[in-house]
Parts: sequence; structure tokens; C-alpha cells
Amino acid sequence: MSAPADPARGSAAGGAPVLSTAGLQIAFSGRSGRAAARAVDGVDLEIGAGEIVALVGESGCGKSTLARALLGLVRPTAGAVSFHGRGLVYRPRDLKAFRRRVQLVLQDPTGALNPRHTVYDAVAEGRRIHTGSTADERDHVAEALSRAGLRPPERFFLRYPHELSGGQRQRVAIAGALILQPEVIVADEPVASLDASVRGEILQLLLRLRDDYGLAALVVTHDLGLAWNIADRAAVMYLGRVVETGTVEEVLAAPRHPYTRALLSVLPESSAGEQQILAGEPPDPTRIPAGCRFHVRCPVLASGAAQAAGVADRCRSEDPGMLGGSPGVAQVACHWAHAPEPEPAEWAGPG
Amino acid sequence: MSRAALVWTRRRRALAGYARAFAGNRGGMAGLAVLALIGLAALTAPLFVDDAALSHTGAEGGRFQPPGLDHPLGTDAFGRSVLDLVVWGARISLTVGFLAAFASVALGTLIGVVAGHYGGWPGNVLMRVTDWFAVLPALVMAVALAAVMSRSTLTIIIAIGVTAWPTTARVVRAQTLAVEARPFIERARALGGGHAHVMLRHVLPNVMPVVLAQTTLLVAEAILMEATLAFLGLGDAGTISWGGIIEEARNAGAVSSGIWWYMIPPGVAIAVVALSFTMCGRALEGVLNPRQRERP
Repeated sequence: MSAPADPARGSAAGGAPVLSTAGLQIAFSGRSGRAAARAVDGVDLEIGAGEIVALVGESGCGKSTLARALLGLVRPTAGAVSFHGRGLVYRPRDLKAFRRRVQLVLQDPTGALNPRHTVYDAVAEGRRIHTGSTADERDHVAEALSRAGLRPPERFFLRYPHELSGGQRQRVAIAGALILQPEVIVADEPVASLDASVRGEILQLLLRLRDDYGLAALVVTHDLGLAWNIADRAAVMYLGRVVETGTVEEVLAAPRHPYTRALLSVLPESSAGEQQILAGEPPDPTRIPAGCRFHVRCPVLASGAAQAAGVADRCRSEDPGMLGGSPGVAQVACHWAHAPEPEPAEWAGPG
Repeated sequence: MSRAALVWTRRRRALAGYARAFAGNRGGMAGLAVLALIGLAALTAPLFVDDAALSHTGAEGGRFQPPGLDHPLGTDAFGRSVLDLVVWGARISLTVGFLAAFASVALGTLIGVVAGHYGGWPGNVLMRVTDWFAVLPALVMAVALAAVMSRSTLTIIIAIGVTAWPTTARVVRAQTLAVEARPFIERARALGGGHAHVMLRHVLPNVMPVVLAQTTLLVAEAILMEATLAFLGLGDAGTISWGGIIEEARNAGAVSSGIWWYMIPPGVAIAVVALSFTMCGRALEGVLNPRQRERP
């Protein structure tokens, strides 16, 4: 594992991305004539070395599917996943080699650990798959456990997952990923099933791994506060597409997309004016609206602000398009945010 | 502590834990004790049962003697001690029961896990084949097989093994589907594990309780089936089995003449062994599931 050239937060823009997607689309075919669900509908995303990217969105927006596609667990319908600039090859041998360098951490550590395996077996599993049982396996397991914060590791070797607390289980799951010394960790809601006191510890662990070992991470979450705390960059996803991306400060402190603003406005400590509860039906990936996919629920369009800016027709008929994945610039897929008048920064909630 | 020592410690602790948990289950211990007793009797039978005492001509007892001091369970039509016959019959009944159950459980588990893991059209084809075997009347099929092949104990084992596996395959496939849906399977795949890894390291250990329960039930079923086939006269005439004893008793008119000691002992033996296997299986199922074991 190599340390990043520049360990400063949010400055991975210069280097080539470690893991990236280009025009990624994943559709699940509908049963008996029903429309296919376009869970991921065109996503460009880049994760640089030593960078933590938060993928934010409500449930059902396709963020977990995207995370699985990054590991090759789901095959894209169109587009590609690239690792160090080379497209992923979906042959068992290539996938196996790839998965040695990119690892997944799941939301629920209770389910993610086989109840019949001891902690030792669970952590050693990845290494056994790739290198078989070696004489120094025990040292590697001990090291991975202590790197994940379980010390002294020997005390945990023979425990079963059900004998551990939720936080310890998640540390075991992380240790199981770390033993392969991956370059990227894809974490799908890594702390959503843990209680608040443990959350901080696990997030701290991710940050420390980034700082100490240059580990890059994509953290999938519905929790904006979490994104703010650990991520360098954030991508907001709505109905299968990234609608706003930029550094965490840009996206969360000065949101430009109405959807991001609505998400932020309902946080208790929000400064984005009054709360906006999004109206309209929840997004359905089998029926993605024409035009901007958010327009049916968009508070800006509903309030007439889009009309005033002269973009209302484009909102209804013209797709704002996909955002490029390059990490350098903040981007937003919104006609109204790109409209010259009125200045979006002065916006303080609809009517 | 070296790695080998660590593995050994882990295994020994696991085994000791299982043994302790099993010992805490009264039904399981009772079943195990009965099975151990019967197994011991079957294994040591040649030491105290004389070959001559089992031959049709060489037995020293009188015809149809009721239970008494000489012959605790009476004698049969040829003057043989029924107790000797039942003890000797345990050898064939247990052998056939075990081998047939293992054969059918192995086949059923293989087909169930493969069908459940791969799914799609290979899984569907396998399950249609399973359905086809499941709807064949097992007894008729076994009778046909036993009739076509040479009359031997092996034929009986094959006949039972071939007809009894569909239940196991269905149960194992259902359990496989349930296990495959759990997140640790996704984690194993994300770690780079292939089909073999997922099936052997994750699915198989997690379907083992079901397989074990199924095995114990099938041992009981195979013993019953063997008794049925022997009772129908399809067994190896040269061997003594519990079903065969009952058949001989029926042929000798034991039912109409009230010679109960000829029929009841082998019947009770069949029932006791089947029950013991079932009790052991239930206890084992609880022991092998660590989460179930945690309950007080």
C-alpha cells in the first residue's frame, strides 16, 4: 500500500483516479412485461488515492447498487467501472485479482459475518482465498485486527460474532477487508446499524486508515452529517444519477441543487432557512420522469422560482445531463442553478 | 502459540463445547445411550451368538417356545432364540440404515446445494429431475429396483438411496437459498471467493444442521424401508434382518396363532432405533447452531 503523494484533505484532484465509473448504467429487468428498473442511470464518479468520497442519497436512489457495481458484484448494463484507468473484466480470475485490491464493508456487521466462523476465520478468510493458508497467517490476522482497533488481537481470535458488540463486529468486518491491504474500501452505510457512541469510533477508524495507510474510501450514506465529518468530496445521488458533486464544503455548505438543499434543510442544525419536506411521490426507478428527473418534486419549480428564471420549460423537457466525475470542480445538474438570474447563492428557501 | 496449535485449540474447544451442550440435552443423551447399547450389541454379537444357533437346522430350542429362562424372548419356527435373531438382525438393519441414509443424504445435499447456489436454468433442471424422483412412489420404485438387480444387501441400500434423496434435495435447496441471501455470502464474494469457496465454506456449514437432522430422520426411514422390503420378501434371504424376522413370523402364521414374541421384539427394535436416531438428531441440531445454543 502506498501513501498518497499529497495527504492533505480534498486535494486528490491532481492524481489519476484509483477507481472510477464512466456512464455507468444498471437496469434490473422487470418481471412479466413491467418496465425495467434503472437503479443506476448514468454515473461518472472518481475516487482518487487516499480520498474519502461520500455518496449521499435517500433510500432507493441506487447508491447501494452503485457500490456493488464498483466491486463487480453487479454487472453494468452500460458504461464501465475502471480501476487505475483499466476497465473491469468480468472473468472470474480477473474479478478475483481485482477484489484483492478493492474491498467492501457492509452495513450490518451481524449479517456480514458468518455466525459459524470465529473472528480468526472471518478475518483470515480473504487471505486464505488469495494466498491459501500460510505459516505467517496468524501474524497477519493479528495485525489486521489491531489495525482495526481490536487489541490485544489474541483475545478475539476464538470468539464468535454473536459474542461481540456491534462496534466490535464492524471492526472485525473491517479487519477482514484490511488483511488484503486494499487500496480502496467501498463502505455501504458502514455505521447505519450502530449506535451513536460507536459510530464516531468507526468513522475515526476510517479516517485514521486513510491518514496512516493512504486508503481511499467510498462511503455510501444517507446521513449528511456523516458525510460532512469524514468525507473529502461528496456526491449527491437522486434516482440513479449524481445531481451534485464537489468538495464537502461546496456541496454541504453552499448547496446549489434544490434536492441537496431540501436534504440539508431538514437537518436539525440546518441554516438553510425553513424546512422543506419534499412533496410528490417517492422516486420510482421504473418510471424516471422526462426532463430533469427531479422536476416533479422540485420545490424551486413548484414555487415559481424556475419560471422566474425562465428555465421552467427546460426543467420539464430537457435532461440536465450527467455530471463529469472529475474531482476538481463542483458541479450541479440543475437548469435553475445554471440560470444567470436570480443568483442562486441568494436563495433562501422557496416563498 | 504456533498456527497448528491455534487450529488445534480452536477445534478442541469447539468439540468440547459441542459435547457439553449435547450432554445437557436429556433426550439426545437418552437416544445416544440406547443407540450405543444397540450398536455395541450388534458389533459384539458374534462373540456370544453362535452361528449354529441361527441356522434353520442347528438350533437347539423347541418350536415356538414362549419366553422363558432358556430363551428370554422365546423361540421361532425353527427353534432359534428370538433374542439372538433380534441382536443379529441389528447388524443388517443398522448397516443398511446408515449406508442408505448417507448415500441419499450425500446425493440430496449435492443436488440441493448446487441447484440452490447456481439457480437459473441449471437449478431448474435439477429441481425438475428431483420432482420426477419425488413423485415416483418410493416403495414401488424400490421394489422394482430390488427385483431387477441381484438380491443382496447392496441392492437394498442402492434402492433406498436412489428413492429417498429428493426430500433432502428440496430441504437443502430451500436452506441454501436462505443462506445465499444473507450478507456474509456477499462479503465472501467481495473478498474474492468463487463458487467453490461460497458453497464449501459458507453454504455447506450452514445447511449442516438441516442435513444432520435429515440424516437421522433418513436413517430411521431407511431402517423402516429395509424392514418393509425384507418383509415383502425382497431382502437377501441368507441374512437376518428385523424386517426379515417379521416376514418369517407372518409366513409361520404367528399373527393368527398368537405367537406375539416372534413379531413384537423386532418391531419394538425398529421403533426404538428410529426414535433414538430422531432424538439424537434433534439434540445435534440444537448443538450445532451456535445462536440456538446461547439460549438458556
